[in-house]
Amino acid sequence: MDNLEQLANEGREAINAATDGKALETLRVEYLGKKGKVTDLLKGLGQLDPEERPRAGAQINVVKQELQALIGERKQALEAAAVAEQLAAERIDVTLSGRAASAGGLHPVTRTIERMEDFFGAIGFDAVEGPEVEDDYHNFEALNIPAHHPARAMHDTFYVNSARGPGETATVLRTHTSPVQVRVMESEEPPIRVICPGRVYRCDSDLTHTPMFHQVEGLLIDEESSFADLKGIVIDFLHVFFENDQLSVRFRPSYFPFTEPSAEVDIQCVMCGGKGCRVCSHTGWLEVMGCGMVHPKVLEYSNIDAERYAGFAFGMGVERLAMLRYGVNDLRIFFDNDLRFLEQFR
Amino acid sequence: MKFSEQWLREWVNPGIDTDELAQLITMAGMEVDAVDPVAGDFSGVVVAEIVSAEQHPDADKLRVCQVNTGNDTVQIVCGAPNARAGLRAPLAQVGAVLPGDFKIKRAKLRGVESQGMLCAGSELELSEESDGLMELAADAPVGADLRDYLDLSDQVIELDLTPNRADCLGLSGVAREVALLTQSELAAAPITEVPASIDGTFPVALEAGVGCPRFVTRVIRGIDISRPSPLWMQEKLRRSGIRSIDPVVDVTNYVMLELGQPMHAFDLAKLSGGIVVRMAKAGEPLELLNGQTIEMRDDTMVVADREKAISLAGIMGGQSTAVSETTIDLMLEAAWWQPLAMAGRARSYGLHTDASHRFERGADFAMQVKVIERATELVLAICGGEAGPTVDTRLDDFMPERPPVRLRRARIPRMLGFDMPAGEVERILTGLGLGVTATEEGWEATVPSWRVDIAIEADLLEELARVYGYNNLPVSHIHADLVMPARPERDLSIRKLRRQLTGRDYQEAVTYSFIDTEAQRAFDPELSPVELQNPISADLAVMRTSLMPGLVRALAHNTARQQHRVRLFETGLRFLPGDKELEQRPTLAALVTGRRQPESWTESGELVDFYDLKGDLESLLDLTAAPNRFTFRAAERTGLHPGQTAVIEREGREVGVIGTLHPHLQAQFDLAQPVYLFEVDLAALLDAALPAFTELSRFPEVRRDLALLVDKSVSAGELLANVRETAGTYLTDLRLFDVYEGKGIDPKRKSLALGLTFRDSSRTLSDQDVNKSVDQVIDLLIKTYNAELRS
Repeated sequence: MDNLEQLANEGREAINAATDGKALETLRVEYLGKKGKVTDLLKGLGQLDPEERPRAGAQINVVKQELQALIGERKQALEAAAVAEQLAAERIDVTLSGRAASAGGLHPVTRTIERMEDFFGAIGFDAVEGPEVEDDYHNFEALNIPAHHPARAMHDTFYVNSARGPGETATVLRTHTSPVQVRVMESEEPPIRVICPGRVYRCDSDLTHTPMFHQVEGLLIDEESSFADLKGIVIDFLHVFFENDQLSVRFRPSYFPFTEPSAEVDIQCVMCGGKGCRVCSHTGWLEVMGCGMVHPKVLEYSNIDAERYAGFAFGMGVERLAMLRYGVNDLRIFFDNDLRFLEQFR
Repeated sequence: MKFSEQWLREWVNPGIDTDELAQLITMAGMEVDAVDPVAGDFSGVVVAEIVSAEQHPDADKLRVCQVNTGNDTVQIVCGAPNARAGLRAPLAQVGAVLPGDFKIKRAKLRGVESQGMLCAGSELELSEESDGLMELAADAPVGADLRDYLDLSDQVIELDLTPNRADCLGLSGVAREVALLTQSELAAAPITEVPASIDGTFPVALEAGVGCPRFVTRVIRGIDISRPSPLWMQEKLRRSGIRSIDPVVDVTNYVMLELGQPMHAFDLAKLSGGIVVRMAKAGEPLELLNGQTIEMRDDTMVVADREKAISLAGIMGGQSTAVSETTIDLMLEAAWWQPLAMAGRARSYGLHTDASHRFERGADFAMQVKVIERATELVLAICGGEAGPTVDTRLDDFMPERPPVRLRRARIPRMLGFDMPAGEVERILTGLGLGVTATEEGWEATVPSWRVDIAIEADLLEELARVYGYNNLPVSHIHADLVMPARPERDLSIRKLRRQLTGRDYQEAVTYSFIDTEAQRAFDPELSPVELQNPISADLAVMRTSLMPGLVRALAHNTARQQHRVRLFETGLRFLPGDKELEQRPTLAALVTGRRQPESWTESGELVDFYDLKGDLESLLDLTAAPNRFTFRAAERTGLHPGQTAVIEREGREVGVIGTLHPHLQAQFDLAQPVYLFEVDLAALLDAALPAFTELSRFPEVRRDLALLVDKSVSAGELLANVRETAGTYLTDLRLFDVYEGKGIDPKRKSLALGLTFRDSSRTLSDQDVNKSVDQVIDLLIKTYNAELRS
């Protein structure tokens, strides 16, 4: 039985030294195959004494099983190593940028209007749009601004057509989005809650004026609505817009022909916190909106009973608010469409 | 409206400082635009008299002056042309400090010693003008400190008044407000009746009806116009931004500033016959005080004498009858011109004056006699002379009325959100000059002649809120019924389209709605665009008929700044002139140029082409209810490449266009790379599908591929549509997965590879089923497209 031990040793060494599956298969045939060395030993059992056979047979079987197991283990180890090697070879630099990773963005004006639509939409104001080339009636007359009213000087109007004779009205580029409110009042019954975002036009161009800009105006008409309610909505809006519940808001008497009482709304300067800086002309306050109770004549023009209903309206310049919100210091840059500007609003 | 704080305090003097006063006025609705000191910050400047002025020996433009400073005579070298013996002028002595921290030292000018500097008004920031030395009055006290003499510790307050507050275009009106707001005492207006000492009057006829129902005149004879206006008057005028001219003009200006009513003075000797207030004749000429001669229209009122128009009513006097240094006899005039008859008139002649500003907004119709009395008193005090009686010519039928206004107590809480105590209501209205009577439902208020803006209840509510203080009014939250709004699922929101494009790497642009005529013509020469009558500039002159020119311009702006990959979109109206009405059509447009992807290690730097943009557009169409309704048809459009343009049709109706920018425009805009654009009507995109579930088939699909050769001119889109139609109901998907032309095939033909997928929901399709469909397709391809099948 010395042979058996030697054979087992040889086999163990050869299996451990095998470096691939093919070599292992060769060893399996060599030792355990039909003509293999261990198989030969088993075949030779017949030549032994019958009483030795069981013991010798058992010993050979032990070796046979051991070698079988060794081959299996070795095979698994080699396969695992091969997989590990392949995985290692497949390593990539995961820090490289992904393919086609860029995304565009909305213009800051749209971004701001959408925020406003969301704020007011949440309390039941629908967003409504209307024509930009507008007739004199809707832009002025129905808003209690008759021809030659001094308030017209507050609007540097672009004219498309002058009235050519009696019965004809002039056509203008709308100077505010209030005519959309008129159109809503003409076609809907109170209660009315709308905001009117859109482009407006004034014949003025310098450092702080562009001939086109955007407004969002709001209108609420209901049986019960007061100046106190108007103040509540305006203050809420400004707090939500600037995400600052502590922002001071003040109402200053002013004049718009289509509201009465009318107010300009100032906020504490968001650039300097009210201490005074260039942006607020060292007053600590910034004018951001106009508002007021809808003038009874405006209601009458649109056939709304001014005794039964009351309402309020407010309006703001979108660029103005976007500038304050995002710290933009130049109005004209909004319409250059310079990518270096637009890409800051992704 | 600009006035001196000291002047205001002569009327009403609350115990608050300048800042508080300005704040108070602003918060009452009269926005204070500026508060500026009436003079610069300077010291060491005295009133001095030039004793002699000799030519400088070495400089043509300099004079050597001996100047009396009150206790000394010093030598000053001066370059001002008006430096002359006898003139009293401000002298900055050695050691003085002028505005800008400019220290005055002893100096030599061209070898001659100078011990200080004689000053112009601008050097002391007393005026804008700098045409020589500031000329002080002949009786100015030599040696006095200039700050004391001119009383310069004062501020100029400038108001930006809203058009409704005509009553505050005079100091008395502002004072009335301040008195009410601070509960201070208001001085009485300095108006005393001046009895006539002579009989002289001048006839007046009012022929302009409602436009001028009141015209008050007074003759003053024998004045000495050479006398100077008193310093206090000159200074008040100066602080209101008005230059002293002569005592008569100064008085009319002063009274206007004080009481808000514009006046005019005529040289009586230059008037002939009598005054007629009438409408101008069309084309009638008038030489104005400013030297300009205008031709009037017949909608304009004039003051005329028997010969001709002598004044543009309520706007500006005429040259021919103006007061001058030779005037001895005067006629003062104060009229009430109706705002409606004045509206827009000054502007139509390119004029805007202090008078027109006030009359357009509405003057106080009860003020005319008072200002005549006030002005007479001042003229007589300064220039002497004898005044005739005040003549008040009126058309009583046309005098304006201020009907009483009712105020219902219940409306106060309803409109303002709080119930103001009755005493407060009455205090405020009375303080504003209204007469208040209690009634059963509240009050009836009579409106004073100066408040043009109060006519209805809302006007009174506004006054209550304004004087009470907007910021003292409560804040509340409005209540409304919670009604859930409809949100149709079949509506595709514009927001979703915008998000789709930004997700595909587009940046949103906002371009002007007006563009230049040439850019408009470059894309839509067949349309005559809406033209602005008063464009701001030639490149913003017509309303856009397409969004494309604006996007191309935005692109050019960016490429000029080294941005070579540009992807923009815009939504907005375009303005399409129709037979009858202008159509303002909501539109979406996009533009791409440059690399397909940003420069990156993953990319080879390929440029975008037509199909990149088309794919982006199709991704939008895919969001709509039925992408298959849209077809693309090859077409030609001005501005776009004739071989690379398609119109987009929705069920046969044109809704847009897509194409490559025409190479000649590309060159014109100096663009190095091809540019692709589309423009589509938003309305065509705004319907989404309401999802309707269909059962998922449990049976396998069968795919058949066909490769074929067709003529290059065959439209793939049309061919696919036909195949889809012909393949029968089992066809679930159709792909064109390869297009090839070139080497190996007939140069006139192209190779197309189609993948057809078939499936049925109720059974496994047999070969026979599929073959039948495929055979029909092959038959179509051969017969209709002369196709040759490749194997």
